[in-house]
Amino acid sequence: MPSNPSIAANTRPWRDPSAKPFISIRHITKRFGDFTAVNDVSLDIYRGELFCLLGGSGCGKSTLLRMLAGFETPTQGQILIDGQDMAGVPADKRPTNMMFQSYALFPHMSVEKNVAYGLLREGKSKAEAYARVAEMLALVKLEKYAKRKPHQLSGGQRQRVALARSLIKQPKLLLLDEPLGALDKKLREETQFELINIQETLGVTFIVVTHDQDEAMTLATRIGVMTEGVIAQIGEPREIYETPQSRFVADFIGSVNLFEGQVGPAAPDFMRVDTADLGPVAVPPRPGLTQGQTVWLAMRPERVWLTREKPAEAINSVRGEVRDMGYVGHMSSYVVRLDNGRLVRVTQANEGRRDNPITWDEQVSVSFEPADFRVLTE
Amino acid sequence: MKRGWFLPVFAVLGFAFLYAPIISLVVFSFNESRLVTVWGGFSTQWYGELFADGWDSWQTNPLLAASLISLKVAAIAASIATVIGTLAAFVLTRFGKFRGKLLLTGMITAPLVMPEVIIGLSLLLLFVSMEMVLGWPAGRGLTTVVIAHGTFCAAYVAVIAQSRLRDMDESLEEAARDLGAGPVRVFFDITLPVIAPALVSGWLLAFTLSLDDLVVASFVSGPGASTLPMVIFSKVRLGVSPDVNALATIIIAIVALAVTIAGVLLRRQARAAR
Repeated sequence: MPSNPSIAANTRPWRDPSAKPFISIRHITKRFGDFTAVNDVSLDIYRGELFCLLGGSGCGKSTLLRMLAGFETPTQGQILIDGQDMAGVPADKRPTNMMFQSYALFPHMSVEKNVAYGLLREGKSKAEAYARVAEMLALVKLEKYAKRKPHQLSGGQRQRVALARSLIKQPKLLLLDEPLGALDKKLREETQFELINIQETLGVTFIVVTHDQDEAMTLATRIGVMTEGVIAQIGEPREIYETPQSRFVADFIGSVNLFEGQVGPAAPDFMRVDTADLGPVAVPPRPGLTQGQTVWLAMRPERVWLTREKPAEAINSVRGEVRDMGYVGHMSSYVVRLDNGRLVRVTQANEGRRDNPITWDEQVSVSFEPADFRVLTE
Repeated sequence: MKRGWFLPVFAVLGFAFLYAPIISLVVFSFNESRLVTVWGGFSTQWYGELFADGWDSWQTNPLLAASLISLKVAAIAASIATVIGTLAAFVLTRFGKFRGKLLLTGMITAPLVMPEVIIGLSLLLLFVSMEMVLGWPAGRGLTTVVIAHGTFCAAYVAVIAQSRLRDMDESLEEAARDLGAGPVRVFFDITLPVIAPALVSGWLLAFTLSLDDLVVASFVSGPGASTLPMVIFSKVRLGVSPDVNALATIIIAIVALAVTIAGVLLRRQARAAR
């Protein structure tokens, strides 16, 4: 079993302009009749990556995955895997394997036979195939279940059989369609890290399709956020969260407060944005903006500063009233209504056992650190 | 919840309507009297008469000889129908959209609604003209009955196989393709085993349909190939003899068994699919 930690997720080849991509998706379009499922998508993925395609249902992420696997033919564009053009290569001849959302375990075969199927089709001898199957089942901790039929397994066990079966041929690229979608929350969290471990141990490139942003944030080296057949933004989880490039991405990943406003006159250290909800706000200067241009200020709820009195050092501060509050244990979330009626979402970490936490109907001060605003133009 | 008398009464009436004739047939098969309509006490003599010559009865008794022919026809016809019906269902469910799909879907189910007389007549005309042009099939006989039954039973198998193929998770087939199996391999390794229970029940249904058929067989059969329904029908025209009742009871038992097995298989398969 190959173990190559040197190409594990710690390296960041996408930051190196001279790095050669392992998978190149070039101007791929897929139409079903009048409906365009994937619209001119271009994407480079590097060896050893765990790339997540994230988006709501019907955004084209699954179609893109199925085109990589060879189940759908692109209407236009080109897919290169390890430099080889995949046009005209049928699914059974591609160096990819897929883990299906439904797991697609063969119901009439035992776990062992399911996992061995790919090796036997490759022409491996039975002895060799079953020796490898035993190793693979050990990796996913299912040695004891080799003789069972799929319907005798729990959901989590089936998921691991599906994973073992898709990895047994040591594909250059593993495609995973909602790999954790059918598991309950607790099992999903455990399995996420197991999946990362296996991916790092085997050094296989993974492309994961998911609609679950927490899953994407935890798993991915990079995320491609998709909507309506196009990729809205590609980046590392932190980039996607901290520096979203559009209102869609800001709103899709995590929750966000958006304030519309116009760019005001430039000052030396900061830029003024005149908003209807917060009045004039100081934000870090951003080049390329003209005075009077409409922009949106994105503010994460956990960066909002919630106090009873206005802090002396606060630059941007407004008054409001707590309309709603939810206690979740490690944090509390608030909905504050500003004096002009605008609602602002705020979350506060519950660090100590504070004696006197802010609660319903209190008059509060809502303050924003200029550097925590993200200025968006689209 | 109060059920009232309405449902139970109509359930009883409904089942009586369906099963009273069959029950009276079974009862009269144990009748002592030669007169079919008069009860003369319990006896198994008509069963004895049926098997008067021991094992040779299968040749000597015309009713039993005809049953053998019927069973043979039904077995071969059901097998042909299963192969043709499965292939047709596979084409209709898996080949996506193609020119003439709607026409083919309609045509495959036509024998289900077409009057048997018309099926029988058209097949007879076909066989006669084929014999004139091609020299095959030579005359009417076992072969023509088998072909005729295989043809109309294929429609029933196709309907059953089609619904099973539609229910089947297509990603199973994709997974096998993905793991390196060609399309033919996928069909035999994955599709066929998964839909096998439906095919078994389809085969059993075709078998019973063929066993039941009188009209189509009367048209296309020839000398030496009279099926059981044909023999019984011609016998009854001369007056009902109680040994027919005895044989009919045996057949009912066999058909009931076959239908039960088919039902159990379909149910088990539905459970496994969940």
